[in-house]
Amino acid sequence: MKAPLSWLKDYVDIDVTAEELQKKLFGCGFEVEELIQVGKDISGVVVGEVTECLPVEGTHLHVCKVDCGKHGVLQICCGADNVKTGIKAPVALIGATVYATAKDHVTVEGVMTIKKGKLRGIESYGMLCSGVELGVSGDMFEGADYNGLLLLPSTTKNGEDVKPILGLDDYIFDISITANRPDCQSILGIAREVAAVLGKPIKLPDCTYASVHSDDGVKVTDLAPDLCPRYIAHYVKDISIAPSPMWMKRRLALCGLRSINNVVDITNFVLLEMGQPMHAFDLDTLSGREIVIRRAKDGEQITTLDDKTFDLTHENLVICDGDKPAALAGIMGGLNSEIEAHTKELLFEAAKFARDSVRKTARALGQHSDSSAAFEKGVNEYTTSLAMDRALHLIEELGCGTVTDVHCDVKTEYSHDGAKKMSVSISKINELLGITVPTQTMCDILKRLDFGVDANGDTLTLDVPAYREDIDGYPDIAEEIIRMYGYEHIHGTFMPTAAVTNGGFNDEQKAENDLKRALVEQAMYEISTYSFYSEKDLDMLKIPADAPERRFIKIKNPIGEDLSVMRTTLAPSMLHTIVRNLRRGNMEGRLFEIAKVYLPRQLPLADFPDEKKRLCIGLFGTCDFYDLKGVTEAIADRLRTTFEYVPSSRSFLHPGVCADIVCGGKVIGYAGRLDPAISNKLALERKVFVAELDYDALMSCAHPFKYKPLPKFAEVTRDLALVADMDVTCGQIEKAISGACKYVTDVKLFDIYVGAQVGANKKSMAFTVTFTPGDEPITPEKCDSYIKKILSNLSHNLNVTLR
Amino acid sequence: MIEEKIEELKKRIDEVTKDIKSSKSLAELKMAFFGKQGEISELMKGMRDVPKEKRPEVGKIINALRDWANEKFDALAESVKKIELEELYKTEKIDVTLPGRKLPYGAYHPNTLVIRELVDIFSGMGFEVFEGPEIENDYYNFTALNTPKDHPARDMQDTFYITEDLLLRTQTSAGQIRVMENKKPPIKILSPGKVYRSDDDATHSPMFGQMEGLVVDRGITLCDLKGMLDEFARKIFGSSVKTRLRPSYFPFTEPSVEVDVSCFECGGKGCRLCKGTGWIEVLGAGMVNRRVLEGCGIDPDEYTGFAFGMGIERIAMLKYGINNMKMLFEGDVRFLKQFKD
Repeated sequence: MKAPLSWLKDYVDIDVTAEELQKKLFGCGFEVEELIQVGKDISGVVVGEVTECLPVEGTHLHVCKVDCGKHGVLQICCGADNVKTGIKAPVALIGATVYATAKDHVTVEGVMTIKKGKLRGIESYGMLCSGVELGVSGDMFEGADYNGLLLLPSTTKNGEDVKPILGLDDYIFDISITANRPDCQSILGIAREVAAVLGKPIKLPDCTYASVHSDDGVKVTDLAPDLCPRYIAHYVKDISIAPSPMWMKRRLALCGLRSINNVVDITNFVLLEMGQPMHAFDLDTLSGREIVIRRAKDGEQITTLDDKTFDLTHENLVICDGDKPAALAGIMGGLNSEIEAHTKELLFEAAKFARDSVRKTARALGQHSDSSAAFEKGVNEYTTSLAMDRALHLIEELGCGTVTDVHCDVKTEYSHDGAKKMSVSISKINELLGITVPTQTMCDILKRLDFGVDANGDTLTLDVPAYREDIDGYPDIAEEIIRMYGYEHIHGTFMPTAAVTNGGFNDEQKAENDLKRALVEQAMYEISTYSFYSEKDLDMLKIPADAPERRFIKIKNPIGEDLSVMRTTLAPSMLHTIVRNLRRGNMEGRLFEIAKVYLPRQLPLADFPDEKKRLCIGLFGTCDFYDLKGVTEAIADRLRTTFEYVPSSRSFLHPGVCADIVCGGKVIGYAGRLDPAISNKLALERKVFVAELDYDALMSCAHPFKYKPLPKFAEVTRDLALVADMDVTCGQIEKAISGACKYVTDVKLFDIYVGAQVGANKKSMAFTVTFTPGDEPITPEKCDSYIKKILSNLSHNLNVTLR
Repeated sequence: MIEEKIEELKKRIDEVTKDIKSSKSLAELKMAFFGKQGEISELMKGMRDVPKEKRPEVGKIINALRDWANEKFDALAESVKKIELEELYKTEKIDVTLPGRKLPYGAYHPNTLVIRELVDIFSGMGFEVFEGPEIENDYYNFTALNTPKDHPARDMQDTFYITEDLLLRTQTSAGQIRVMENKKPPIKILSPGKVYRSDDDATHSPMFGQMEGLVVDRGITLCDLKGMLDEFARKIFGSSVKTRLRPSYFPFTEPSVEVDVSCFECGGKGCRLCKGTGWIEVLGAGMVNRRVLEGCGIDPDEYTGFAFGMGIERIAMLKYGINNMKMLFEGDVRFLKQFKD
């Protein structure tokens, strides 16, 4: 919201600097995002009167004597075509800063500092300036658009600073307004806050007008009261379309609006001043001198003022005349009823349209305006009515028409005027704040905020201003009080009345922290990636069409296709991260992520999906499968469990380097090497290994810590060198050894050999087997018998023999 | 005669052991004298040929020799060991500046570190950790938080929708309601998690972390909120850091405040970090709106409460001086490895 200081001063006697006001507004909840200093680039420019003006022969230049009052009479060379004796114009003195323009004298190319110059051998001690050079447009100052000198009134004093004369000493507050204060989306709204914070009275704009009787009635019918709770129309005749006066043009210009003509400017001015969108229809174009507010018919069309045509549906509210839409309600008028130079009669509209309806239509049609923005934020009917009066006053003040007494004010069952009475408890307010604000202070603050206040014992009876629809209960009043009283009065206390509670992570959260620590201790870096990816990422991993990963949840309004699908596996995100690292020249890395996947119970989604955590591990660089397995083994250790690795396959993994991770007979995940075909496609110069584990399944494998007493007798170890067929796995042999004797507590491979000495298609594997005794020691004889059993088991089941 | 032989033997032993330098050759030498076929052993064996009456005397002489030789070899073993050790010290001298072999330590994501630190701070004040779902419905994310369908505050957050009703939560505040529906006061919870907004530019990410805090109990005041935030700010940003409340607006709190901390970089004098203001905005907070309590079946006349919410990335960026939010989601190992615990 942009509020010029000069405009605010119309309503409040502001006796502090712009910077001080900025601070005060900040303190009471209105952050000035930018304090714009109008004319901040302009300095050292004064009023000068040309007292002598001689042409320089053979050029378009004139050499002038310019009386600059206390700055003396200066010789200045000037090329403007309107320089002559007797005029007054801005003089940029030596050292002044003004805008530099291109050869066209129009395009601003930066800021320049005026130096003593010499043109055609004639010394020049300053510069006579145009409007552009001072950043002043014709809307800011009469005649400033002229491509030549900006002429100043003869009433100005020679040597006087031109900035106040040209309105270049102004400030514009660009204020961020919170969503609960739509009433402050206006100059008047801000002025009310300024008045309150400065403790000054507010001078309301003049909303009075005289009307003449007219027999030409106007009919208004509201067929959609839920979308249009209130509609006010007023008939103005004898319109003469003309330019607006300078003061109005300047106001609009300061807020970034271009002046169009008096009628259009009035609607824009009232929107800025009061926050109430206004619309003016050319009444002659309205068939039947009638307004009908209704939902559009499906397929109905409207062409708006900007010459865009829209197909409408019953979701869109339109303002119609006797037979056709004449405006897109709250958004923009129709081209067919536009005010034009020859317009003689008009119908002013001030209405309240439902926020949601305007928002939906504006979004659906992609058609937004200052008006729709205001309706979306919300207008109050007190202001709707006031704004109509203000607009009619301005019609009168600007002399652009005759205000008639034809006034239609349609109130519906959805209409409410806003003013309300409420009672609040002073002690409740103080209890919420935690401090005691003196009752008198409370009353003063509320009065400054335009509340009617009556204090009686602990009760404040309040008349809430009609424009304050946000005020609802005593906490709102508490907020009004504290924001004006000052938050610096709030001192820290430490919940003296609260019950003692026990805080911290719960057991599951602690377990996750422990798991992360175990991974970090394995030299892993934790990553965090987006929860959404593209369906193409699944294609990249060659995930089959019927795989569960393809049953995903889609975002209706994604930022882009890349981020449109809620992920069902973490592997693509891990792979992207690895690819990014390799492309940046990070050739080694060990990464992990614990995050959710989103699994619908049915599609299309009708209920909350399952959000399941996964652990994904990614290794890249000079590593192999056993580095990856080392990480999962460390996890198993941490959880006091063991995993089995069963050769398996995944669409995106190397068929020979892929395993299911099994725990307690259940597949809880996979580990393997990225398929070289995919690596090649992505031009990855390093091997990539990925594992992904179902987090809940993983954590349910954990065994609780339980102390075991040390064995009474020493453990016995035996080494076994075995010969096995090539396709027998280490895991099978380990299992066969452990399974053959209950005293075996550990089986560890320490050597593996393939070659001539063991024969073709055979391999030799050497294991250390540890026996832990029970109640009796394990004698060498006993151990021999266990070994015998183990060997027989091996030979029987796996055709494995002693070497 | 035997004496001569022994003298000769002694001399020879002296001779051959003179230059001995290694334990191994010393052991070999000793073997040559004491081994089965060794000369001293032979002498002992020769005792059989000595006439009985002479045996004690000869035996004495031989024993003396044996003791002498044993002592001699023991002494030599000692000195040789010393020599060898000296040698070892020389040969095994290393370049201590060569690189060490380490099992490297990994690193946590900065967000994890921040969440852990926050939980640590607040759990000391009695806050439990609660995690809600990320795919929420309209009710928990908006309506129950006093943000009905046509509420302008909905525009403050660009929401990702999945269906008309289901959406990606835009705020961890959604979890507040789930807690209050199931738990009656006293409530002190922290709710960290991922939230989503349809925003992607230099300073916004479509996914980011938030941490919500909620207290509901008897007699909770705005001063209590301030006190707790002071404690939080001191612990996370430094003991001299102060907090400042200023009015703001959130539909689910009333009054609502923005909370700034005094700039820990410049001490409040004004610098680049605080954009010259001396203050840094860190979180939003307020007293829980009565309607929100009511909606959860908590009597707002009996209980009051406060809630606060902060961006995890924002805290991480401030704390570690990270200048680009995107770095947190890119997983660049050069970035990650800096965040040792």
